Amino acid sequence: MGEETEMSKIIALALAPPVVAEIAPVAEVHQPVRVAANTERQPPASPAYSFPPVSKVRLRAAAIIRAMVLPGAVFLLVLAVWMLVNAKITSDIPTPAATWARALEIFGQPFYVAGPNDMGIGWQVLYSLGRVMAGFALAVAVGIPVGFLMGASRDVHQACYPLVQILRPVSPLAWLPIGLLVFQAKDPSAIFVIFITSIWPVIVNTSAGVQAIPQDYLNVARVLRLGKLEITRRILIPATLPHILTGMRLSLSVAWMVIVAAEMLTGGVGIGFYVWDEWNNLNVASIIVAIGLIGLVGIVLESLMNLAQRHFDYNRR
Amino acid sequence: MSYLNISNVDVVFPTANGAYIALREVHLEIEQGEFIAIIGHSGCGKSTVLNVVAGLLEATRGGVLLENKEVNSPGPDRAVVFQNHSLLPWLTVYENVRIAVDKVFGKSKSKAERHDWTLHNLKLVHMEHALDKRPGEISGGMKQRVGIARALAMQPKVLLMDEPFGALDALTRAHLQESVMEIQAALNNTVLMITHDVDEAVLLSDRIVMMTNGPAATVGEILKVDLPRPRNRLELADDPTYNHYRAEVLRFLYERQRRPEAA
Repeated sequence: MGEETEMSKIIALALAPPVVAEIAPVAEVHQPVRVAANTERQPPASPAYSFPPVSKVRLRAAAIIRAMVLPGAVFLLVLAVWMLVNAKITSDIPTPAATWARALEIFGQPFYVAGPNDMGIGWQVLYSLGRVMAGFALAVAVGIPVGFLMGASRDVHQACYPLVQILRPVSPLAWLPIGLLVFQAKDPSAIFVIFITSIWPVIVNTSAGVQAIPQDYLNVARVLRLGKLEITRRILIPATLPHILTGMRLSLSVAWMVIVAAEMLTGGVGIGFYVWDEWNNLNVASIIVAIGLIGLVGIVLESLMNLAQRHFDYNRR
Repeated sequence: MSYLNISNVDVVFPTANGAYIALREVHLEIEQGEFIAIIGHSGCGKSTVLNVVAGLLEATRGGVLLENKEVNSPGPDRAVVFQNHSLLPWLTVYENVRIAVDKVFGKSKSKAERHDWTLHNLKLVHMEHALDKRPGEISGGMKQRVGIARALAMQPKVLLMDEPFGALDALTRAHLQESVMEIQAALNNTVLMITHDVDEAVLLSDRIVMMTNGPAATVGEILKVDLPRPRNRLELADDPTYNHYRAEVLRFLYERQRRPEAA
């Protein structure tokens, strides 16, 4: 909260004594020995509720240890299960050590080019990201205006809502044949699939954001006699921006999930096809490395969107 | 003709069960510089009256005249202090007032003058220390102060306040009431305030308009509060005249207009 008003100070003063009075007896009941010990060490001003100072460094260190140890434990557990699968179920799943060696190999030369069907994993990821960005950008460019219209007009909402509801849960890959037929090419089809699956969160969130604008803001605009353009620029857009950004964040993570599947089917350079290719070569270690990399890229995309949200969303600034 | 004339206003809302008559024959004449409080039980249509004067709601019959001109749309000459402050959360305290100043004085004042006028109004409500804070970072009382500054900055002919302190705790409310009296003494605005707080009505206003219960609510009684200004809350607490007025309002609200099935 911001600065205190005089009132809140008065309230704080008024509340202070009874709170202290309540704490003291409790402390005495539960920790008589400690209180006695403290009285000897500390100056006699307020013996009952003076605690030894807590070292900030120690607190910070404890926080860091927790942040490392707890996830570390889970990581080790997963490694153990992995090794168990390797040892007891199928040795086709390589050991963590072998996978690690493969990872070093792959990341040692991420950008090599040995012909159109043999490129480093860096290129694979970049090509996939390119398709994702194209489809995502299209989804945002179309989804935001459509969402705005649906949020602002009851008729448009009524007209489009059933269609949105029907198409939203459709699996991305069901769209691929349509894309291939219409575009007669792999890349545009993949981009189309990204577009058609990642547009729904943008539409739904934008329209919900517009609908959620409090009537009060619009009343303020009316009292000030703001024009249509001013209302859009000064009220509608800033008020809906948090919702739009949430929609975009969901949309981007959907897009990144979809691209792998789409590329498996369309082929070409891309992390999805890379996984498929390595499966055909039975390089399971490469697939596991790719899975890790796909996850990491997903995190990076997510944090980029988080950064954007922190920058543009008035709730989180 | 009086300065602000609310002339035989009826407000009827169409509902699924037929027409709902919210207000019937509401008539009120207000002089320039008067501080009027409208009091009544919740749901009696007090806010409807204010919304009609603000132009946010159209009267079904009758109308509102301000300086002999009919009011039929909202405008900054009838600035509203909304109950829940309705500051724009993505703008800072300064920007929330500045947007109103720019809109109202964009042509008549220079940029520097508009800046000064924004600061002046924020100083009036004692908020000059939080110019760059956003509404989410300040307390409810402070938000309402900024809401008042924004309304004052429009230099309205009538200041409309819709239960401005209803959502605040008692101490903060008292604090803001002092501020409003201070500002009123300095600017002598014409104010129409909706309230459900008897003490607030008696303390602040020149006349108290008591409304009957809805549906078809109307002006039940008008009480002239003849207490010298400046008024001091503590001195008035033992003042027989003050307590007489207070009792009058209470009697109206709880004997004559007792809510049919009080919740």
